[in-house]
Amino acid sequence: MDNNNYMNPYLAGFFLGLLLLGTIYITGRGLGASGAIKSVVVTAVETVAPSHTANTKFYKEYSEEHSGSPLKNWLVFEMAGALIGAFFSGLISNRLKFTLEHSPKIKSRTRIAGALIGGTLFGFGAQLGRGCTSGAALSGMAVLSTGGLITMAFIFGGAYAFAYFFRKLWI
Amino acid sequence: MGPLVPEIIGNELNFIVAFLIGIAFGFILEQAGFSTSKKLVGLFYGYDFTVLRVFFTAGITAMLGVIALNHFGLLDVSLIYINPTFLWSAIIGGAIMGLGFVIGGYCPGTSVAGAAIGKIDAMFFILGSAVGVLIFAEGYPVFEGLYKSADWGNVRAFDSLGISQSLFAFLLTFIAVFAFWVTTIIEQKVNGKPNPEFKSKPLYASLAILAILMGLTAFIMPDRKESMMNKINDTGFVKSYTMNSMDSDELAFRLMYDDNKLRIWDLRLKKDYDKLSLPGSHNITMQNLFDNATSKLLYIEGKINIFIAEDELLSKKAGVLASELGLNNVYYLKGGMNEFYSSILNFKCPVLNPNEKLSDTDRFRAEACNAVPQLIKDYKKKHSADSEGNKKSKRALGGC
Repeated sequence: MDNNNYMNPYLAGFFLGLLLLGTIYITGRGLGASGAIKSVVVTAVETVAPSHTANTKFYKEYSEEHSGSPLKNWLVFEMAGALIGAFFSGLISNRLKFTLEHSPKIKSRTRIAGALIGGTLFGFGAQLGRGCTSGAALSGMAVLSTGGLITMAFIFGGAYAFAYFFRKLWI
Repeated sequence: MGPLVPEIIGNELNFIVAFLIGIAFGFILEQAGFSTSKKLVGLFYGYDFTVLRVFFTAGITAMLGVIALNHFGLLDVSLIYINPTFLWSAIIGGAIMGLGFVIGGYCPGTSVAGAAIGKIDAMFFILGSAVGVLIFAEGYPVFEGLYKSADWGNVRAFDSLGISQSLFAFLLTFIAVFAFWVTTIIEQKVNGKPNPEFKSKPLYASLAILAILMGLTAFIMPDRKESMMNKINDTGFVKSYTMNSMDSDELAFRLMYDDNKLRIWDLRLKKDYDKLSLPGSHNITMQNLFDNATSKLLYIEGKINIFIAEDELLSKKAGVLASELGLNNVYYLKGGMNEFYSSILNFKCPVLNPNEKLSDTDRFRAEACNAVPQLIKDYKKKHSADSEGNKKSKRALGGC
């Protein structure tokens, strides 16, 4: 893979910032990602065990805050678009390929376990922290939300603090 | 004036907007290289600071944009979603996400970008995220205390620190530019060679200078709101300002003949307004004149807007502010409500002397001092009945 194919990071950041600004101007809210996963999870649980969601506090609070189907949600539409946008980007830059990327020092199995565990922690943390890198940290920074900036500091600070212990996964 | 949702763009159209924004979002993430975990975690081991560059540039761009749009009155920040602050969940949630980042190599948005181009590890990351959400949902009673503790509300960082928005924005911009510079040096040391992407030093030096200059301008430029308020707090300026006025008699006359062109903006305190409010009047504050919701009401064509407050100066101040903000047909109440009280509401009808003819004014006032209080009473009855239906513009909801 040719690294130089990527867009200049400052230019990409500038575009991303303009997109975020446009999103705030049009919709009054920022970008997000983990909320879409939450909507999908809530829908899945509702479909599999409707009586369970009707009796469990989290789902009850969720349906009080969101009217209609959980899938009819701004972030779900946005993330569906993101899948297509990223696919299209991969297509024009010739990066479409099924691969399991990992450091040569670890096995594929280890990488899959890492992705699963990391994803679980991130999914959980994003619920607790009311948003992920996009919804809390980036969008929170744009509107200078105290909570968003604290979450941002702890996502990156936390990652640096733990990085040493997991270095064998990457380098 | 933004935001455009829900007034200009409806909720259904908003989903299409979301989809289009998503396409651009995914495209930019992938083009920036956020679809590979190797590039993402490079940040934490010092070999690739792309994430920091993209993230900080985007955050600073959007932040300065929001400040500028608000500054020029194009975006009403009181209506946009400010992520709420719950101190402990923000700290612990953030740290758990950091741990997840360094083990999993992605974050939710980037994992979607990775999965879209066929990264199998990214797909497992998404699967893991769903499990994480499920654990939180099922264990919610256990985490709820922590989740809802230390609720600071929708506070903004500069208020939490007690400094001005401009200063905070400037500091953040400065930190970002400094971080860009330091991380480029670190990257060079770790990799043992300079990043080929950054050959042209003069270009980056000038970009950095430009960014700092932009930050400085934001710092120096006075806020439109602030400068307006300074202007109208200058009593001399307000006094010498030429504008239409209306005296108590004319106001009473218009009230009695139910002039539907007249719109009354009452700037007295809420408790005084609740005690006595003129028919059809709106109780507002000076601050409200800057709001999206109020200005929508103000700028209705073909109306006469009269501003009333306790005394003449305060009435005129509001009138001047409204005129300066571009409102037409603005009047202020001569003598303020104090005079309205003494010459209309509490008007002592002179003892009628059959030999003496009343002046026109006194005759009118004798009629008005009975009619106007009745109108006020009727209005109060009607108003308290339908005040339930009042609609207010609400802050947008968002977040993850």
